[in-house]
Amino acid sequence: MGDVNVKVPVREQDAKERATNFKEVCLGYNQEEAQEEASRCLNCKNARCILGCPVAINIPGFIQEVKAGNIEKAYQIISESSALPAVCGRVCPQETQCEGQCVRGIKGEAVSIGKLERFVADWASEHGIKPEVTAEKKGKKVAVIGSGPSGLTCAGDLAKMGYNVTIFEALHEPGGVLVYGIPEFRLPKTDVVAKEIENVRSLGVKIETNVVIGKSITIDELIEEEGFDAVFVGSGAGLPKFMGIPGENANGVFSANEYLTRSNLMKSFREDSNTPIMKSKKVAVVGGGNVAMDAARTALRLGAEVHIVYRRSEEELPARVEEVHHAKEEGIIFDLLTNPTEILSDEKGWVTGMKCVRMELGEPDESGRRRPVVVPGSEFVLEADTVIMSLGTSPNPLISSTTKGLEVNKYKCIVASEENGATSKEGVYAGGDAVTGAATVILAMGAGKAAAKGIHEFLSK
Amino acid sequence: MYRIVKKTQLANSIALMETEAPMVARGCQPGQFVIVRMDEDGERIPLTICDYDREKGTVTLVIQVVGAETRRMTKDLKLEAFHDVVGPLGCPSELVEKTDEELKAMKIVFVAGGLGTAPVYPQVKYLHSRGIDADVIIGAKTKDIVILEEEMKAVAGNVYVTTDDGSYGRSGMVTQTLQDLVEKEGKHYDLCVAIGPMIMMKFVCKLTETLNIPTIVSMNPIMVDGTGMCGACRITVDGQVKFACVDGPEFDGHKVNFDEAMRRTQLYKTQEGRAMLALEEGDTHHGGCGNCE
Repeated sequence: MGDVNVKVPVREQDAKERATNFKEVCLGYNQEEAQEEASRCLNCKNARCILGCPVAINIPGFIQEVKAGNIEKAYQIISESSALPAVCGRVCPQETQCEGQCVRGIKGEAVSIGKLERFVADWASEHGIKPEVTAEKKGKKVAVIGSGPSGLTCAGDLAKMGYNVTIFEALHEPGGVLVYGIPEFRLPKTDVVAKEIENVRSLGVKIETNVVIGKSITIDELIEEEGFDAVFVGSGAGLPKFMGIPGENANGVFSANEYLTRSNLMKSFREDSNTPIMKSKKVAVVGGGNVAMDAARTALRLGAEVHIVYRRSEEELPARVEEVHHAKEEGIIFDLLTNPTEILSDEKGWVTGMKCVRMELGEPDESGRRRPVVVPGSEFVLEADTVIMSLGTSPNPLISSTTKGLEVNKYKCIVASEENGATSKEGVYAGGDAVTGAATVILAMGAGKAAAKGIHEFLSK
Repeated sequence: MYRIVKKTQLANSIALMETEAPMVARGCQPGQFVIVRMDEDGERIPLTICDYDREKGTVTLVIQVVGAETRRMTKDLKLEAFHDVVGPLGCPSELVEKTDEELKAMKIVFVAGGLGTAPVYPQVKYLHSRGIDADVIIGAKTKDIVILEEEMKAVAGNVYVTTDDGSYGRSGMVTQTLQDLVEKEGKHYDLCVAIGPMIMMKFVCKLTETLNIPTIVSMNPIMVDGTGMCGACRITVDGQVKFACVDGPEFDGHKVNFDEAMRRTQLYKTQEGRAMLALEEGDTHHGGCGNCE
């Protein structure tokens, strides 16, 4: 037995080796390790970890079952609250949520809740365990738009309550950001995402791919012509942002969305893929969030030297600490306090580099972070043949612009109640990035959950 | 799966396929497009809708071999069904928004280059259904690749075919025909809609600028998702960045930066070329040229 103040370490693929492949970085706990880690849980009466979880999983409850070796029981406890435990165990920012609240964390390290959740979900998947369905059919139809984290959660919860749920997905594969956005090496598509979606299907949820709501059919038509009693909009924040600097349309400048969609959804990281991806020698990724890390680490695995270019300092990097750590281990170069001002290209329009300036941190701005200001005379050129813009995304206006009476704010985010997802239009609920702008998987799931409750209350009137 | 109910070879490298796609056919309009994937490993390929049948729930697509994927798709007309068809994508043609009075008050000429004849057809057909017969110039390199001529004649006013090599119809580029019609044959047009290769659209726009004819073009850049998500299709129109998939595909041709748009279509040409070679050479492809990895 190790030190109770320290997490049982989790096995990872060696940094040098993984920098050349797309296999998962983190290898997870085995049962012995999981049980040892579970025994660190103090089983607090007033479990603060549950308060830190956007979907309020009974965390001490499932951990006690792990400790006792009842993994199936542990899975059913998690499933009561979460439709995607194998995903969340991998991509949730536990350090600021459940683990951030853990009493163990005061003197030492928090219990590794995320890794335990992942172990339980993977174990259930290997043993063919499915979530239990109990409710009787209610005879009412709900349409869910988008099959990302919020949509899958909302659909799963409603199906468990007995509603007849159909998910409409615009792309050819369900999963939303789990499929097009997050790379294979963080979230395996076949073994993890596809299986969790299968579990949602096994609850009775229908998924129709290749349907673009607002183009193929509108929300008003779903309600008036197709007989849906309520609609949940979980269409995410899919529109990429660019900097608006000169040269941004040069050949070799991509949005992180495009680069990642090619690699993740279209599998262009594989040699035999029919979808091409730029073969780069030196890549500059502009931005410092999780998506920037994902794009950078993808480019690295495709054989490039990769620089993260971020205008503030390391402390302000919005990416999870674990992702930054992994990126550094793999050899990503961080050009911090650096801001591009122009993209340079050759006479045929191909990127040759970026004109950048050095920044220093001044007084705090509205966000409370110190505002970066340009260092006079610091201009220099960073050579690169590829630039990936990872500056965040905003909601797609396709749905709001084609739905009568659906209120949006100035950022084109749908206005919806945090408590129950209700929008300005009766019977239409919304949640996830479509409402908040780009955020995390688990926050979207929390919103999907709240909206499922809201829809249930609306349809029970 | 989206069953293909009719397929024909229109020309050597151009195939027509009518496919079941009820969610597209129920509301699609002239000017819009779909994205298809031929199988579960297929690339997402954008194709303009050539015709649709709301009753049958089908759309007609015309596919020209431009790379390895379209070669795979059309090879020996063997494909029985598409794995995916999504749409309708993009905005309908502005003509659809106009009233009959507005339409009747204007004389419209369409310039269709090569495969561009396919997306021009539904617009001309739509106008015909509203009682307006537009003129159409169909241009092609040579006689064998003139497509949809009879179909077009059935719905258009005058159809002028011109071939680069003079093997059929008039001789020369579409710009020559358009210039002759206006300057020598007394035609007057209030609007030109040009759809075809970018280089053709660029030169049509140059001409119509001097002729003072407002011109709409339909842009066909590289796309991935087709819903505004990736930005691969961004083009510059009047100094502003636009996404062809959601803001277009039709734009004011006199404001489009064609040189940039044409450069952007070159992005994957080297890779595409190699993929095409590998496909053609099959097992005999050994990469001995030293350029292949």
